[in-house]
Amino acid sequence: MSERLNLKPNIANADDFYAELLAAHEGLSKEDSDALNARLLLILANHIGDRDILAAALKAAKI
Amino acid sequence: MTKIFETPLYPYTRQADQNAAQPVRRKVVIIGAGPVGLAAAIDLAQQGIEAIIVDENDKVSFGSRAICFAKRPLEILDRLGCGEPMVDKGVVWNLGKVFFDERQVYEFNLLPEEGHRRPAFINLQQYYFEEYLVNRARELQQQGAPIEIRGGNKLIKIDDKGDHVDLTIDTPEGPYQLEADWVIACDGASSPTRQMMGLDFVGRIFEDNFLIADVIMDAPFPTERWFWFDPPFNKGQSALLHKQPDGVWRIDLQLGWDINKEEEKKPENVIPRLKAMLGDDVNFELEWVSIYTFQCRRMENFRHGRVLFAGDSAHQVSPFGARGANSGLQDTDNLCWKLKLVMDGKAPESLLDSYDDERVYGADENILNSSRSTDFITPKSDMSRLLRDAVLDLSEHYEFARPLVNSGRLSVPCTYDQSELNSEDKLDGPTRSRPGSPCADAPLGEGFLLDQLGDQFTLLTINADAPNELDVDGIKIKRLALSSADDTSNAIKERYLGNAQQAVYLIRPDQHVAARHDTFDQTYFTNALRRAIGKSV
Repeated sequence: MSERLNLKPNIANADDFYAELLAAHEGLSKEDSDALNARLLLILANHIGDRDILAAALKAAKI
Repeated sequence: MTKIFETPLYPYTRQADQNAAQPVRRKVVIIGAGPVGLAAAIDLAQQGIEAIIVDENDKVSFGSRAICFAKRPLEILDRLGCGEPMVDKGVVWNLGKVFFDERQVYEFNLLPEEGHRRPAFINLQQYYFEEYLVNRARELQQQGAPIEIRGGNKLIKIDDKGDHVDLTIDTPEGPYQLEADWVIACDGASSPTRQMMGLDFVGRIFEDNFLIADVIMDAPFPTERWFWFDPPFNKGQSALLHKQPDGVWRIDLQLGWDINKEEEKKPENVIPRLKAMLGDDVNFELEWVSIYTFQCRRMENFRHGRVLFAGDSAHQVSPFGARGANSGLQDTDNLCWKLKLVMDGKAPESLLDSYDDERVYGADENILNSSRSTDFITPKSDMSRLLRDAVLDLSEHYEFARPLVNSGRLSVPCTYDQSELNSEDKLDGPTRSRPGSPCADAPLGEGFLLDQLGDQFTLLTINADAPNELDVDGIKIKRLALSSADDTSNAIKERYLGNAQQAVYLIRPDQHVAARHDTFDQTYFTNALRRAIGKSV
């Protein structure tokens, strides 16, 4: 796993972020919620860009 | 054994007011002898203001109820002269463990900052909390302070007349009339006062039930807060285990919405649940069982003319984070000094509107935090549960996910950033002590800073010159002069000076910062005091 993948707390006001994430899903069907998650994931991956980091993140998610 | 909550502490006795031909006028009448009403009465009586508490019962709270008391309320109790017995009796805890399914996912230490007189939290049954407040009220009474607790006195009619309030109070011997200059309603979430006045109480109902049990056992569980998400003994739900004094353990089990409350409360149904949790070989005795549902809501305004609402009567939160009784004590802390200045004719009546502004702001902060905890503990949609479970799974492996785990954001005092009582910040000092913030404690000689602040306006000077006594519009401001030589622990520098070499703080009677400057500027501080008591500058 790339040592450059940050697995330490990195989001300021984490509770605000989590509330915003839940709010984005509010009222959506299961299908629409899944699609939103997929789009969000791709947007974040693109922002990161770095292939090593993305590979390490994929590995980290498979716990 | 007769338990403290079964013994009448303030039984009904006939008062002279009941024999009077005309209704007697009292200064402040407080409705409800719970933690908030008692604290309000003590605060006022200590400052020489007559405070009469009326309560339809005559005993302290039944069962443990509120059990977590945070540092700031303990500091307020120190000011009220009864912090010591609470902390002596209470259980101090720092370590929390979080479990998910069958495994512990992580543990956290509250890591309280050094150099505070009081711990981050104590666990103490509400009945002890109330008993110690009643003891303090009795002590003040013996010293001649104008405080009374009238048990068996039930408010049945209230009418704000503009210059006073008319009250009708029922007793075992029939009703009597009373007049009050001011009324503080501390009669709980279902506040009869609020209902009689036809006032709103709006918010969100959470569709869930919690079984809450006080269990006496000799068990090797450590003094820690244990929280379970989806444990094997309560599938799909949550559970909490917390230690209280006297070998009493508090257990909260989430039951879900669609249950039969009366059935669930029966010992034959409760005991198997507890056995599943504690193990078959643990001997325990049930002291108290209750089922609660909760809501997050507040009144639109906490001040209605001469009637002021404080504690649960004004705002209700979910129990996660211990923000109920703790915020109620911050209400009376905020209110009592303002009420005294208004009653003494030293501040305009509009100062009381700042109680409304500041504590509505505090209530909103508490409601937001406790609603978020509730949403995490009881996810209300499939996606919300999926994300919650992902956070818990990740938290076992990666540190980043732990701040997202929300089993209650524990009560901390709020900073009144937007308050009109604040003056412009004129010090390059630490953010934590900006105007509006509660003063952080710090070691001082053999004692602590907050004990030196007391309940009057204080001018705190650090390495700075200022007059030893100030009088602005009839209000005396005493000076507390410190220098870096007093600051052996460096806490004063860290908490009050920051980058500055010297500082002058104007501190309110509730120990919140009203203004600060790097030198004593007479005009700045005169205006700051006027602003802090609601005068226009």
